Amino acid sequence: MMDVGRHPNIKLHTYSEVESITGFIGNFKARIRRKARFVDEKQCTACGDCVKVCPVVTPSRFDIGLSTRRAIYIPFPQAVPASYVIDMEKCLGNNPVACGKCAAACEKDCIDFDMRDETFEVEVGAVVVATGAGVVDPTHLEEYGYRRYANVITSLEFERLVSAGGPTGGEIVRFNDFQTPRRIAFIQCVGSRSKKTGRPYCSNICCMNTVKDSLLIKEHYPDVEIDVFYMDLRAFGKGFEDLLQRSRGRGVRYLRGLPGRITEDPASQDLVLRWENQEEGGRVEDRSYGMVILAVGLEPRKDNERVRGMLTLSKTSDGFFLESHNKLDPVSAPTRGVFLAGCAESPKDIRDSVTQAGAAAARVLRLLGSGKISIEAVTARVDPEKCNMCGLCAKGCPYNAILVDKAKNLKATVIEAACAGCGNCAATCMHGAITARHFTDAQIASQIDAIFADSPQEKVLTFACNWCSYAGGDFAGVSRMQYPPSARLVRTLCSARVRPDFILYAFQKGAPVVLVSGCHLGDCHYIKANHHTLERIERLWGRLERKGIRRERLQLEWISAAEGKKFQEVMCRVDEIRKSVTLAEIAATQEALSQEKVRVGV
Amino acid sequence: MVQAQRPRIGVFVCECGRNIAATVDCDAVRDYAGTLDGVVCAVKNKYTCSEPGQREVQKWVREKGLDRVVIAACSPRLHEPTFRNCVKQVGLNPYLMEMANIREHCSWVHQGDPGGATCKAKDLVRSAVARAGFLEPQEEAEVKVTASALVIGGGIAGIQAALDLAHAGTKVILVEREPSIGGIMAQLDKTYPTMDCSI
Repeated sequence: MMDVGRHPNIKLHTYSEVESITGFIGNFKARIRRKARFVDEKQCTACGDCVKVCPVVTPSRFDIGLSTRRAIYIPFPQAVPASYVIDMEKCLGNNPVACGKCAAACEKDCIDFDMRDETFEVEVGAVVVATGAGVVDPTHLEEYGYRRYANVITSLEFERLVSAGGPTGGEIVRFNDFQTPRRIAFIQCVGSRSKKTGRPYCSNICCMNTVKDSLLIKEHYPDVEIDVFYMDLRAFGKGFEDLLQRSRGRGVRYLRGLPGRITEDPASQDLVLRWENQEEGGRVEDRSYGMVILAVGLEPRKDNERVRGMLTLSKTSDGFFLESHNKLDPVSAPTRGVFLAGCAESPKDIRDSVTQAGAAAARVLRLLGSGKISIEAVTARVDPEKCNMCGLCAKGCPYNAILVDKAKNLKATVIEAACAGCGNCAATCMHGAITARHFTDAQIASQIDAIFADSPQEKVLTFACNWCSYAGGDFAGVSRMQYPPSARLVRTLCSARVRPDFILYAFQKGAPVVLVSGCHLGDCHYIKANHHTLERIERLWGRLERKGIRRERLQLEWISAAEGKKFQEVMCRVDEIRKSVTLAEIAATQEALSQEKVRVGV
Repeated sequence: MVQAQRPRIGVFVCECGRNIAATVDCDAVRDYAGTLDGVVCAVKNKYTCSEPGQREVQKWVREKGLDRVVIAACSPRLHEPTFRNCVKQVGLNPYLMEMANIREHCSWVHQGDPGGATCKAKDLVRSAVARAGFLEPQEEAEVKVTASALVIGGGIAGIQAALDLAHAGTKVILVEREPSIGGIMAQLDKTYPTMDCSI
């Protein structure tokens, strides 16, 4: 930790948050807010004179409320930077009548009550997301009585308790009588591997953390009896089995089966665990302990959504960030130039976090080392002959990458470096003046032609955006999720590329159903281009209905890269709609649209 | 119907071991591909992405003077870069390669319906061949890369990533929300399996 503070190549901004990130691989701009510390961190020597005079006492978050701190505080003794900070919500303020004692006590005049939040912008080529995980709060698991019973604590609270720097100086004591318990129980998988709690995954760290904790207790108090209640013990890593055997060797008992309920003896505040002893043929037993430690799991951070939105990341069904490929590219995010490290991607221990962080750093170096990167040749091109300078393309461009000015007779031009290739402009242009390279009208029309060249009634034309829906289809495939073979996917980079004419053209060719699918609103890889998709499809629904065409025959779905299950469900549902469309209905649609002027590029 | 110019297209149908071949009749797809307009050769491979598979694609490009290549295999999200590179090595513009996804979107999701899957695979190949006829060579633009990195989060993962990058000479901006770095790790007493301090 100290190395980070000292390294000349690291600019450390603590007490700071990233507010926004714009740009693209190799060229990101991040806006950072540095919150006011009210203490000059460069000047502060962490002497602690300020703390001695601060009159405000408040629970310490670092010690999870097991100890107190002052309004001016240092989170823990080894903090980096070694600087105090004022918690302004608790501070009485610099009103001499009210307080201001710390400022008076500070010899170096480090304390500045006029300090304000600062925001500034940095330019970077790559981003590593190492935002970590949250720890499950087991209060909602009523059967365990956490917070109701004084001596039921979490494994993280135990860490503070057993730490020499913690609130008890490393003494393991009960919260009601400050006695060391004679019998301690651990309950595993609290908040993990249970659909009931909404967290069906294994949190990876809890088994070994308990094994470690049991040894720490035995080191301090050899006579304390320890029982560990578990579902499965997962001691799969290097050195893990050894540690487990050491724990067993010290007399720690590992008992299969989780207690169903904890009750408290009101007099002693001991805890009684009701448990089904599987080795004794499922006999229900009550066992009494002086302390129960809940081995709580890890969960996605509650504020992941903000990070996800800023970087257009995806998440897996468990809520952690989705990697590019589970095996082959586990540290890259699907957004180019963004990499994942640590528990933000999935629960992992220190060793795995360090490993992944090293891999992420290597990926960043690979990107930055070349000094330049080639951008896929998918940008838009304008044919000035056809452009009438209406400006709709520029208005709809999520990147402001199109310049056009009728007053100055300036025809539309695309700023190539800013264009990301979503194709929204090509779908907007009424005059066919814009070509979305590699996803041209003619290319897409040729696919539609080919798909409906025979038995059109058996096929569902599906437009799928590259980043979410097409990837969701891939995920369904990798997961072997079965659905009817009617779907015919046409890949575009963004659903906003889909011009209504493509859809009308498909209906003219005999399509029973057309599905347009894209990223969820708010998750678009082209900022918010898919809002244009929504507008277009809504308008088209009205147009189809006026022609007597059922609106069900044009479907719009938002499917993320991780929603293989949803992809499967949509495919099954849309196939049912397809079956409901008769040949007569298709013929009637073709008749109704026969006079429609449809431009498909050639 | 829109009309393509006269391309010389080669179609390569990948069995992907049994991944595709167990459900899709790859011989039938290859034979069908051979009948399509503009297709001058249709070839089946065990693993098109393998070294011998790629060499075979390159061989046919050279021998038949192919100017378009259609690979019927897995998702382009997986192997598009592989095959773009493969055709580039024999002088073809990488954007003249098109993929038909007959694995993730076909063989793996219609395992109980080999007939339907084979029929769909033919359609996907037909669609890819049609599109291939309209592909145009493209030149990729190069942009410069800013030689610094942003690390969001100062827990053990962020610390390690920042240090590795910094040691390699890269400028790093490390942003941590709390007043100190350390994250959850700093709250731990000892850590497994070495039973040493966390900080």
